[in-house]
Amino acid sequence: MSAVAAPGNRDEFLEGLWRQNPVFVMVLGMCPALAVTVSAVNGLSMGLATTFVLVASCGLVSTMRRLVPREVRIATYIVIIATFVTAVDYAIQAISLALYDALGAFIQLIVVNCIILGRAEAHASRNPPVAAMVNAAGMGAGFTLGLLLLGAVREILGAGTLFGFSLFGPGFQPWVIMLLPPGGFFVLGGWLLAFAWWARRRQRPEAAGHA
Amino acid sequence: MPETAFQVFVGALLANNFVLAMFLGLCPFLGVSNRLDTAFPMGLATTFVMLVASLCAYGLNVLLGAFHLEFLRLIAYIVIIASAVQLVEMVLKKYSPALFRALGIYLALITTNCAVLGVALFQTAREYDFVQSVAFSVGGGAGFTLALVLMASVRERLQLSDVPSLAQGTALALMLAGILSLAFMGFAGLGS
Repeated sequence: MSAVAAPGNRDEFLEGLWRQNPVFVMVLGMCPALAVTVSAVNGLSMGLATTFVLVASCGLVSTMRRLVPREVRIATYIVIIATFVTAVDYAIQAISLALYDALGAFIQLIVVNCIILGRAEAHASRNPPVAAMVNAAGMGAGFTLGLLLLGAVREILGAGTLFGFSLFGPGFQPWVIMLLPPGGFFVLGGWLLAFAWWARRRQRPEAAGHA
Repeated sequence: MPETAFQVFVGALLANNFVLAMFLGLCPFLGVSNRLDTAFPMGLATTFVMLVASLCAYGLNVLLGAFHLEFLRLIAYIVIIASAVQLVEMVLKKYSPALFRALGIYLALITTNCAVLGVALFQTAREYDFVQSVAFSVGGGAGFTLALVLMASVRERLQLSDVPSLAQGTALALMLAGILSLAFMGFAGLGS
């Protein structure tokens, strides 16, 4: 996808947000996607933190792409990413301690999120900084969207709330399993099924020759 | 009351299984679990790297604490893990080239396996002592291997069965993982 000859910035952004969505299409970065998405707020903040690291490290990697020797490039990328993650880690700790406790070690685990290293290697190391950062922002937005969708479904089913607001009134029996680990697998599997079904439904009329 | 090493081991192996309860190491879990004869060695290699990473992280914590350099912890962990993976890679390449090819890219990707970094981070966060750290990493690695082997066995069977085409691939694997995870919830409370 990096071979596309200079597409517009808007296309580049939408690529990551939708067509190559890291969560639903490429199925990358699953560990934080499933572990922290017990509520929509957690999913959103994790997505934003990852987006910041993604954009910042892709920008830096792209700026330094002619300076770094090929042999040590992965190690260099990892150190760059780890630096930004450390910054985010301390920033979240300073902004909201409750959020920091909820996300736990998974903030530091952003370092090993395959999306970031993948983007740095596949895109940022071959493109100028602006293009790299737009692409990274698109991927980050796609990741955030994915986490938000996962978190929202799990929060609605598992706690009967969305962003902390009660949806169904006091009579609601929460489906607690959705907040527990199996729920994460089931909800993501369900989303993947839904997207596959949707993609097939869109394809079928075209194949049959009418829109 | 501090946990005994055995409790830590059983907890990491079953009740808080790294893959099925803590969502660590999902990429290899979904990627290498197609065949049993690659899943098992992959689990062993990961376990070894986890043990090395855990030992190094323990020593590193003492060192960084002595110089008040805690903010370098994450970067130092990553560098240590990358070196440990390199070591495993060289040993495997020398003694079992066939296995080396079968594991392919996933071997190098142990570096970015959250389970490995997770061991180092969680043992620090929970302030485990030396014996507990070793028990935690070996238990976690064994749990990872167990989950991988279980998943691979189920998927080998599934290749022979008739699955709706819509559900094939990752969606099916995730549903399976969900059911396995449900089963592992039966271990909740064990070892604590």
